[in-house]
Amino acid sequence: MKRLVISWVVLGVAALLVAFAPFNQQPSTENTERFFHVEAGDFAYSPGVLTVNPGDKVTIELVSTDVVHGLYVDGFDVSVTSDPGQPATLSFTADRSGTFRLRCSVTCGALHPFMTGKLQVGSNFLLWRGIGLAFVALLGILFIRKPSLTTEF
Amino acid sequence: MNILRYPLIKATLKNRWPQFSIMLIALAGFLLAILSGLFGTPVGSRNFGIVFVWIAWWAILMLVAVPFLGRGWCSICPIPAPGEWLQRGAMLGPQGQAKGFGRRWPKRFRNIWLQNGSFLLVALFSTVILTQPRVTAIVLAAFLFVAVGASLVFERRAFCRYLCPVGGFIGLYSQLAPVEVRVVDTDVCKAHTEKTCYTGSAGGYGCPWDVFPPGLVKNTYCGTCMECLRACPHDNIALNLRSFGADLSVERNRKLDEAYKAFIMLGAAAIYSMVLLGPWGSLKLAAYSVGTLSWLAYAASFLTLILLALPGLFWLTVWTGKKLSGSIQPIKKLFIAQSYSLVPLGLSAWVAFSLSFVFANFSYVLVALSDPFGWGWNLLGTAGISWTPWLTNLTPFLQLGVLVGGFIWATTTSRKIAVEKADNAQALKLSTPVIVFCLAFTLTLMGLLVA
Repeated sequence: MKRLVISWVVLGVAALLVAFAPFNQQPSTENTERFFHVEAGDFAYSPGVLTVNPGDKVTIELVSTDVVHGLYVDGFDVSVTSDPGQPATLSFTADRSGTFRLRCSVTCGALHPFMTGKLQVGSNFLLWRGIGLAFVALLGILFIRKPSLTTEF
Repeated sequence: MNILRYPLIKATLKNRWPQFSIMLIALAGFLLAILSGLFGTPVGSRNFGIVFVWIAWWAILMLVAVPFLGRGWCSICPIPAPGEWLQRGAMLGPQGQAKGFGRRWPKRFRNIWLQNGSFLLVALFSTVILTQPRVTAIVLAAFLFVAVGASLVFERRAFCRYLCPVGGFIGLYSQLAPVEVRVVDTDVCKAHTEKTCYTGSAGGYGCPWDVFPPGLVKNTYCGTCMECLRACPHDNIALNLRSFGADLSVERNRKLDEAYKAFIMLGAAAIYSMVLLGPWGSLKLAAYSVGTLSWLAYAASFLTLILLALPGLFWLTVWTGKKLSGSIQPIKKLFIAQSYSLVPLGLSAWVAFSLSFVFANFSYVLVALSDPFGWGWNLLGTAGISWTPWLTNLTPFLQLGVLVGGFIWATTTSRKIAVEKADNAQALKLSTPVIVFCLAFTLTLMGLLVA
């Protein structure tokens, strides 16, 4: 019984560490300027995934190739709109690490709600925390928790 | 705990008016969705039909109703209402002259294979259905006509029980809900020769879902319409609060059609996460361009993955567990039983998927309320609200929590099912490959939704 309690406590501490340990990537002090030319058309962004480092100053030049499109960056709450063939730019500092969805902010047609892309800033620690928690749970399930229901074999 | 012990709750549920009133409001909304789809703007995000069905209703259904109330939505769903009123010859209590042929549903189709098929049919065209108002309207109207037809030809709610593509997965996931309708004392039922909960009485109709309430051990096919409460003269119906997922531990009535429903839902959640929420425009266009070669390739891949690859991989997983454990149970029985561990995994996948777009697009709801047809009205003064994504900072955290929670729930379910016919050591060997399967699926979905 005592061993079981200790096991659960160790597992709980491990889960808390994985969930809340402050290992977010610090923004770089170099503040590299990153420029992306992004074309928006056919309900997609090209390139669909933008990768930068924490602390980078990001400039996105959005060019719509068919109808009016927008680009909103989750987590940074910034957006830009481009008329067809008219480039528009958006600048912000990527001061948070993680993966952020890009969404079209202007109703552009049937698939508008699903016109998305990705901004990858450094490592996605949130994902790693999720994976870590899943493995901590796995350890608990396989090696500690016994199912309550038992019958004869 | 039977919450019908509280007189106010019991009186509210026994009275037809509260349920009938909510159903009427839902029917009005349903008809407005059809009308706005047919005659309103073709721009989906400005059309009541699209916004209310695929954002507002979907959010309520997947994030609240199904996880917490099981088939609660079915109890107020407007789709079967007109047909049921015609069938009964009455809109409220049993007082009218029954209409229609009242035939029994064919025995060979008394399962959810047709519902699996109808869901897949809708799923294949879903990218068009959930973005084009007119198509949404046609699909909703078709549901209504089929439901009316089924009510006139067959007895009870044949559409809900055997055909509705939504009802199939609601039933599957209702096993997880913390509420259940059951009888208080089966001995009372044994002594009650009339069985009015099934045959009907002056107080209430016989079970519209063709369920015999004293035999209820799972939520899957109970529509929580509360007719049994009204029809029982012995006050022997209970509405119990219980632990989440209690039905998954019930060995009885595990079936292949329900197992396949679990695979269909699991696979569809992953495919939608990839196609609709991923950054790959070509995939979205392929799913949208119905009838083209790329759509045919998408449809073939969709069906292959859901109907063959996923069940095949799971079968191998269970087979490995059987070999490791030395279980003497038939592989088919183990396969079906273990597939029920995918029920919580599937629901968590759908909740995580829905979180991605529901909050981000919820501001459209306020606009559509004010201008349902997109004709320039401003009934509530909210038509001019610009698109504002809600909770997008919080969404990935919620998704991870839901996915990890679903994984834990699925794995504990797998072990509970395994231990039904084995000792703990053998059960662990039996369920370990299934747990690895669940882990792989969870990590895949994390990759699709959060990475």
